[in-house]
Amino acid sequence: MSHEHRDDTGARFGMWVFLYTEVILFSGLFILYAVSLAKFPAPYSIASHKLNIYFGTINTLVLLTSSLTMAMAITAIQRGRIKQTLMLCSSTVGLAILFLVNKFFEWSAEIGHGIYPGSEELAAMGPGVTSFFNLYYFTAGLHGFHVIVGATLICVVTLRVAKGKVNSERYVLLENSALYWHLVDLVWIFLFPLYYLIL
Amino acid sequence: MTEHKHFIVRYKTFAIVWALLGGLTALTVAASRVDLGAGNIWVALVIAATKSALVIFFFMNLRQEARLFKVGLLAVLTILAIFIGFTFFDVLYR
Repeated sequence: MSHEHRDDTGARFGMWVFLYTEVILFSGLFILYAVSLAKFPAPYSIASHKLNIYFGTINTLVLLTSSLTMAMAITAIQRGRIKQTLMLCSSTVGLAILFLVNKFFEWSAEIGHGIYPGSEELAAMGPGVTSFFNLYYFTAGLHGFHVIVGATLICVVTLRVAKGKVNSERYVLLENSALYWHLVDLVWIFLFPLYYLIL
Repeated sequence: MTEHKHFIVRYKTFAIVWALLGGLTALTVAASRVDLGAGNIWVALVIAATKSALVIFFFMNLRQEARLFKVGLLAVLTILAIFIGFTFFDVLYR
């Protein structure tokens, strides 16, 4: 019998270390937001009212639910219920796509109103509103990119579950993809109230 | 690293956490419609921090991980506090 070298706790810790750096990455943007909010409180309030609160709230619920299905997928694989695992992973990917579709319609509407980085209409609204939307597009864009990466990762893991390479004995890859996915949710938990809900 | 055997978290636990997260989302939307002045942003941040704690400890299962994972998170949050603190020392007292 060959001796197998593996360290699941170490693998998960490696993922956590990566996520710590992701927190620092997004924090830079949130600090920039905080500084600009302190400088332009009134324009930030005006700009925030131009965002669609319904899209924001629905997308928050979509992401929270996708985190739930991903967390449940780990329970399912630990119990050896492969079919359930596959269903839960696919639901997560489905919700990720729903999030991006909402984002597409939301951004299309905003761009249709002439609100996008570098537009003359936006520049006419003054430096405060411009700073809000530049940061909004950059932060939400980087977040959207994370959604795409996370969903791709989950697709890869789902295929490996289907092939039996990820199974009830060996599922650290599923755990790490889930950790990444929850980070995507965490970023949105801060992004949503800060950008959509300023009175 | 030494292996910790994790117990399997029940679906019900995750469902309860999800319901709490949904409730807190409703709360943050409702609270944002009331004018609290500068208080609005702090209420939003406190609710977001609470939601994050639920995601981190339950969905990400930090509660079952070794102490190293928690110390790492604490270190990141400390660095972040210094980062924010020093930025505002500069910006607010120019």
